[in-house]
Amino acid sequence: MKIALLAKPGVFALVGAPNCGKTALFNALTGSQQKVANYPGVTVEHKSGRLKSPSGWDISLIDLPGTYSLRARSPDEEITRNIVLGTMEGEAQPDLIICVADATNLRVGLRLVSELKRVGRPLVLVLNMIDIAERRGIGIDIKRLSSELGIDVIAASAVRRGGTDDLVYRLDDLAAANWSANTESNWTPPEPRELRAIQREADALIAQVISKPAAPDTLTKRLDKVLLHPAGGLLILLLLLFTMFQAVFTWAQPVMDLISSGFDLLGSLARDHLPDGLFESFIENGVISGVGSVVVFLPQILILFTFILLLEDFGYMARAAFLMDRIMGGAGLHGRAFIPLLSSFACAIPGIMATRVIDNRRDRLATILIAPLMTCSARIPVYTMIIAAFIPARKVWGIIELQGLVMFGLYAAGIGSALAVSWVLKYVFWRDSPTPPFMLELPDYKLPRPRSVLIALLSRAQAFLYRAGTTIFAMMVLIWFLASFPRPPEGATDPAINYSLAASIGHVLEPALAPIGFNWQIDIALIPGMAAREVAVASLGTVYSIEGGKEAAEQIGHALANKWTLATALSLLAWYIFAPQCASTLAVIRRETGSAKWMAITFFYMLALAYCASFLTYHIALLAGAG
Amino acid sequence: MLNQIRLGSAPLGYRGTVEAIEPCDNASGISPEELESRLIELGFIEGVSIEVLHEGFFGRDPIAIRINNSTVALRRREAMAILVRDREQDI
Repeated sequence: MKIALLAKPGVFALVGAPNCGKTALFNALTGSQQKVANYPGVTVEHKSGRLKSPSGWDISLIDLPGTYSLRARSPDEEITRNIVLGTMEGEAQPDLIICVADATNLRVGLRLVSELKRVGRPLVLVLNMIDIAERRGIGIDIKRLSSELGIDVIAASAVRRGGTDDLVYRLDDLAAANWSANTESNWTPPEPRELRAIQREADALIAQVISKPAAPDTLTKRLDKVLLHPAGGLLILLLLLFTMFQAVFTWAQPVMDLISSGFDLLGSLARDHLPDGLFESFIENGVISGVGSVVVFLPQILILFTFILLLEDFGYMARAAFLMDRIMGGAGLHGRAFIPLLSSFACAIPGIMATRVIDNRRDRLATILIAPLMTCSARIPVYTMIIAAFIPARKVWGIIELQGLVMFGLYAAGIGSALAVSWVLKYVFWRDSPTPPFMLELPDYKLPRPRSVLIALLSRAQAFLYRAGTTIFAMMVLIWFLASFPRPPEGATDPAINYSLAASIGHVLEPALAPIGFNWQIDIALIPGMAAREVAVASLGTVYSIEGGKEAAEQIGHALANKWTLATALSLLAWYIFAPQCASTLAVIRRETGSAKWMAITFFYMLALAYCASFLTYHIALLAGAG
Repeated sequence: MLNQIRLGSAPLGYRGTVEAIEPCDNASGISPEELESRLIELGFIEGVSIEVLHEGFFGRDPIAIRINNSTVALRRREAMAILVRDREQDI
């Protein structure tokens, strides 16, 4: 038997309710030996890690999405149920189920245990956060709990040094055990009556094994008095958001400058050391500046995620959803849509990926559809350039900078239109489907663990860079191709891009875009802008043959001020609020919704909005004499 | 049954005991049975003590409820399914 086991490592699965510290335990057990991937066909993260037990057994540990019950309600929870029951295609049923329960709140954990016992797989219960339970004076009779449940019960603390030693030794014994290959599951979705019975049983058991009741967490209570105060809580949330944006936009700047000048250096190295020609242009413009224009957003994304992960770990995110639920509900959105939409201010891609926490499909779709309307950081270079060139730097009403006011207006227009779109979806198209309930646990506050935050942050960075290296890279190559072929004829005087496919497309688009005030040069720049919005700035530079690329945004602005009317500039600003100018966002929507239909819907509704907004802006501006 | 009220209409600071879970309408977009199950999973079960800890700014909604050792948030509309009785009345 031992030989068979050595050939195939045991698969142990961690199952537990949200907020039970399951992921922290997973991190403590596997350290950096973990792998995050997606389950085939769905976008639920598959987290697995390796653990070498003290006597040398190889254990493969999987961290299943948190669930309150095997009665799955969201895509995440379905994965947990299917893997636990062994009905997931291509995934073996785990050899052992490790149920993780929060030792300070056993009610949920014990109910889950009684469901898991019916599955028929070997099962152990881990009482996590035992350190917090002890500190709060909770006495748990673990021996008694174990004999009453008929399974092993092990206390653990993911955060305390050596807090998982007992668990590791126990897993060692279990890895050596002889697992039966198949077991009959007699789990069926429990009805309310059964759920009641299960919960009663759990409550009775808790009464038996807990010798001392928990002293209430007074710190959480006191903090909530302030942070959940009806008015004060909202104010603090706003303040937090403000700080977050400040951080994203100002702290990230030096690093972004560094990255961008690094890529410029690489570009000029390529220019100097490669023979002039197609290959050099491909490396410099296609590869280096293409990938660079995306990688430059890494600092912003990391800062944003640091905030989000810290607030999440601290336990504040559930509170933010609580505070925002009613406000978002007015626009037909779910309270949980708040975090995805917030992330979308940095970039819609992580925002759309974060919608996975919303269990109702329509709520999730509504959030995905409006996420690209949030002003992402890629729009900032475009906004900044046009504002600097066309909006005079003067004060209105004596104190407010006009330029800043316009910037604020652009953000507000994005948010306002997003809320309007969601409202229309909810109350016009999906009128018949009632609003699903908003229910969530507000966990006790906990100090964030730097290690967990760091691990999560690294995996985000990896995912982002991987994407930049694959999808976006492919896109940039395509756009470089469009902008470079066919080559200009001998003795051509205009910039090369004017002879390319991109220019032909620009000219084809010209009649369609002329009513909104765009000339063919803008039309051409919009095409590379499909890869990443801010690339349009550099492209305008190329089209108007201005040397210096991205760094010369100010210079480009000056040139544009002479060539465009104010009406055209305003129209382009309006266009950028709405236009679906980001191929990677569209690709992510396709992947996350599992269909090209929703990608097409997003593309066309945003395009329609952009066209109407630009048309109105252009013509109103013309009427006002800004032609 | 004089002091029995629906949790959805309980004021801030209300302390009571859950008497029954009775989803009545279908306004939540899920079946009454599903709503009942979810409420039980959140910890609402006959006999537990609850306290209304917090409420939102607009329409005093949603509400945060203390049940045993945990705090849960839900909207008043769903809380209407929970019948509660004043704790003082029991004593």
